[in-house]
Amino acid sequence: MAADGLSIEELKSKIGAELEPVVYEIEKGMLRRFAQAVGDPNPLWQDDEYAAKSSFGSIIAPPTFVLTLGFDRVVHQLTRIPSQTIIHATTELEHCQPVRPGDVITATTKIAGVRQREGKIGKTTFVTFDITYKNQRQEVVARCRQMAIIR
Amino acid sequence: MTGQLYYEGVVVGGEITTLLKQPTTRQLVMWAGASGDYNPIHYDKDFAQSRGLPGVVVHGQLASCFLGQMVTDWIGEQGRLKKLTLTYRGMNFPGETLICKGTVTKKYIEDGQRFVVCSLWTENPKREKTVTGTAVVTLPSRGS
Repeated sequence: MAADGLSIEELKSKIGAELEPVVYEIEKGMLRRFAQAVGDPNPLWQDDEYAAKSSFGSIIAPPTFVLTLGFDRVVHQLTRIPSQTIIHATTELEHCQPVRPGDVITATTKIAGVRQREGKIGKTTFVTFDITYKNQRQEVVARCRQMAIIR
Repeated sequence: MTGQLYYEGVVVGGEITTLLKQPTTRQLVMWAGASGDYNPIHYDKDFAQSRGLPGVVVHGQLASCFLGQMVTDWIGEQGRLKKLTLTYRGMNFPGETLICKGTVTKKYIEDGQRFVVCSLWTENPKREKTVTGTAVVTLPSRGS
């Protein structure tokens, strides 16, 4: 499989490299689509009136929402062929402050590590990457370390 | 959702209100669209089977978000989810019940903030843990 996609050497040469930042303008519709996909009816994510009276003062994104920002770009940059897939192994999410509609979030991804393990089904490549999410005020809203398996 | 949870009301060893999910392939497609994760093992049965899977599988990150939902439902709007650490151990399949569970492992006050640490996991119908992890949350005090 590795011969078809990026080789372990090519991946290793990317350790420490920062992928091109991805910018997202956060809209209520994105949050609604996320909440519907999860099946999460919490009014904090969708109901202006409820959220205005909450401790947040307005609609916010669910804390896990940032997990959807930037991953497709990581896949695009780490795989070369459509049949190659990336699956998640671990996720560590640190949430610093709420994301709100109107925010402009920049997700910056850095390749933190690459290793390969020999197993029953052949070689498995693990890639660890760190994503930092900042808002338009340059405040860190969240940090995430993901370990993914490339097959 | 129930009323606001307070730090004083949390007991170490206590359970988080369980959340049951019934993911469908349609929901996986909605998640693919919302998340940008278009790995075909989550919506294309033929492709999934060509990879040795019995059928399409639930996205690990969607299961994470189910656990996130369980936590935010539990802590109420005055609680804050600070950290979520998860490991994907097994697979959930659409059409099967996915159960989100958690227990309180620790509570402490630091720098004036009231922290609660929880152990979280999802189960498939065979009661196998498919995603496991921890959450760190802060809660308000009943007294303030």
